[in-house]
Amino acid sequence: MPHLESDVLVVGAGGAGMYAAIAAARAGASVVLLDKSLVGRGGATVMAQMTVAAALGHQEPDDWTLHLADTLKAGRGLCNEELAELLCRGGPERILEMDAWGTRWAREGGHIKQETAPGHSRKRCCYVDFLATGPAVAGTLRRKVGETSGIRRISNVAVVQIAVKGGRALGAVGLSVRDGRLATFHAGAVVLAAGGLTRLYARNSASANMGGEACALALEAGAELVDMEFVQFFPIGHLAPRLVGMDPIMWDPFRYKLGGRLLNGRLEEFVDRYGGTDFGRYTATRDLASYAILKEVEAGRGSPHGGAYLDFRHIGEARLREAFGPVIDRLLANGIDLTKTPVEVGPIAHYHMGGIRVDGKMETRIEGLYAAGEAVGGANGANRLSGNAITEALVFGERAGRSAAARARSGAPPWEASLAEPSIERLDALKKGKGSPGAAWPAMVQSELQRLMWENAGPFRTGGKLAAALERIREMRDELPDLRVGAAGAYNLDIQDWFELRAMLLSAECVVQSALARRESRGAHQREDFAETRPELERNQVLELRDGRLCSRWITPMGRVEADRG
Amino acid sequence: MAERNDRRAVLLIRRGTAAEAARYERFEVPYEDGMSVLDALRWIRIHRDGTLAVRYSCINANACKTCMALVNGEVEYTCTAKLTPGPITVEPLPKRPWIRDLVADTVPDDEKLDEEEEPRKRNGAR
Ligand SMILES: Cc1cc2nc3c(=O)[nH]c(=O)nc-3n(C[C@H](O)[C@H](O)[C@H](O)COP(=O)(O)OP(=O)(O)OC[C@H]3O[C@@H](n4cnc5c(N)ncnc54)[C@H](O)[C@@H]3O)c2cc1C
Ligand code: FES
Repeated sequence: MPHLESDVLVVGAGGAGMYAAIAAARAGASVVLLDKSLVGRGGATVMAQMTVAAALGHQEPDDWTLHLADTLKAGRGLCNEELAELLCRGGPERILEMDAWGTRWAREGGHIKQETAPGHSRKRCCYVDFLATGPAVAGTLRRKVGETSGIRRISNVAVVQIAVKGGRALGAVGLSVRDGRLATFHAGAVVLAAGGLTRLYARNSASANMGGEACALALEAGAELVDMEFVQFFPIGHLAPRLVGMDPIMWDPFRYKLGGRLLNGRLEEFVDRYGGTDFGRYTATRDLASYAILKEVEAGRGSPHGGAYLDFRHIGEARLREAFGPVIDRLLANGIDLTKTPVEVGPIAHYHMGGIRVDGKMETRIEGLYAAGEAVGGANGANRLSGNAITEALVFGERAGRSAAARARSGAPPWEASLAEPSIERLDALKKGKGSPGAAWPAMVQSELQRLMWENAGPFRTGGKLAAALERIREMRDELPDLRVGAAGAYNLDIQDWFELRAMLLSAECVVQSALARRESRGAHQREDFAETRPELERNQVLELRDGRLCSRWITPMGRVEADRG
Repeated sequence: MAERNDRRAVLLIRRGTAAEAARYERFEVPYEDGMSVLDALRWIRIHRDGTLAVRYSCINANACKTCMALVNGEVEYTCTAKLTPGPITVEPLPKRPWIRDLVADTVPDDEKLDEEEEPRKRNGAR
């Protein structure tokens, strides 16, 4: 079994993981940076097409405290204010560092150009044209990782277990998809930067690698999770006509650059009816827009595919081309002419506000186990502002990498072969192939889980549906050993899928259990049976595993600024 | 949205590993206008055969650039290659070592996990 040693092990090589690796290496640590896909390509970062929020003050006067105020407002009282402050305070430095590393932020008159996005009180969102923010950010970091000495990159290894001894993290066990074997990684500190969980839902904007493995790995390692019920549904994900080669959430920059109109199936404006102030130019926050669209659908006023129309016909070809040049041609190649027809859009799972619970150093309650990026819960509370997620990935990544390097300096307990045993046993059992020929296989069950989550734990929730989902998820967990997987060996995706499904089921259970317990509606969590926001529930839910059982408790939001300063 | 339709596309997919004789397997998938080849491959993995090896990540964004294969003999991103009723032949990239089914070895050499990895020195030394 291959065995690697390093000061710092980084799991997941998106924006957060790559930044963590760079920061750890420049603090003098040797780093192993692992990804189940290819480094810098597997997750959300490379897919982002929109903006990154940071109070640079280039476009107009701005300050991180204003960014923080906007972030807290969107978070509906649930933000971990310490983390939110770190995000807003740290954003500008990261954007400027990336600028120095060669990210081509769109510029205007010699400064970085910044736009407003919904919920931001200032023009503070930077981007790379055209719709290339994510590829540019991932590309810059990939290059920087390659140039930084001390970082060993490894692709196609999926981490399936964090190794912990006596409450101290000291490495991980990974499945090498290439040959279907396990490998072990010993490190002085581990950074979990394996991204979000939106692939748990049938309608999503996720890549293939966003099934919530980070949360499951952390939970099983003994760390706590927080705010798991808060999944952000992006209101205007692309529904129809079928569009390939473009991201389903690409309409957001269109509408805020150009002022698209959101119309129901009868071509009427409707967001105003739900407390938004739209005035023919869609500026409502995400949760309000999702709510408004699905309520129209429910009332029988949806578009044919169960969403709403997004209309740019009033804009005119010249302005469309000026703003989105080549993208207009890509759309035409898909048969979509925005000057002639509106497109259909609707809510899709897009981001997870909840995640691994960390302190201001990004450390979990397990010593030596850090988390960064979307995998972290708390900074955005009950709802996230557009543009805050990449900032979070960069800022938390840098911080986690730096903290992990410092922790590793004090050394790690020695590796023991027995640490990998749980994973070895699971793999051996799979290889023995208990699954009968008629049994389901992992990819099939993943798909069932996605439908279950969409139907029972999606944008609108009820106690009954959530309870039913919980029951089915537990059954599916019990059925895991009986699934059929193909012969072991090179690139057997069945085996990777099985480990992934195992993690997906645990993360899904966390989402559903937390959603069931939160008997109110707040931000992205909407309960049809508890429509009101209840002031006494201005609290976070924390989950942990105790003897294999998921236990939850409520806490007061961490790092309240008043409390800290008082 | 799943609309009822009886249209089908046919794919001929190269299966197996370098150690075996070349084998093509035929799959029929439900077909809708605008679908990509990757849509069909993902459908097969869910509904017919979970062992089908394919490499892809971003599915829709055409951002990860990991999904290349030979589609009817041409190198294409499977996520942007339009599906047609077919039959469409899908094969792994030709100039790279073949691993399994549609997966060729496109991992950069310095990102591979070596079998006999040298244990690295800890605490900074490289
Ligand atoms: C389509 C899309 C568009 C978006 N647009 C924007 C935007 O414009 N602005 C914004 O602020 N935010 C945006 N977001 C959100 C933002 O992109 C993400 O929150 C952020 O990039 C997350 O970064 P990350 O590094 O934490 O995770 P990711 O970039 O998702 O990286 C996680 C990595 O971990 C790997 N991984 C997963 N599991 C394992 C495992 N078990 N072992 C090893 N590796 C593993 C994955 O392969 C992946 O490479 C968007 C998200 C999506 C999906
Ligand atoms: S799947 Fe990402 S480019 Fe094709």
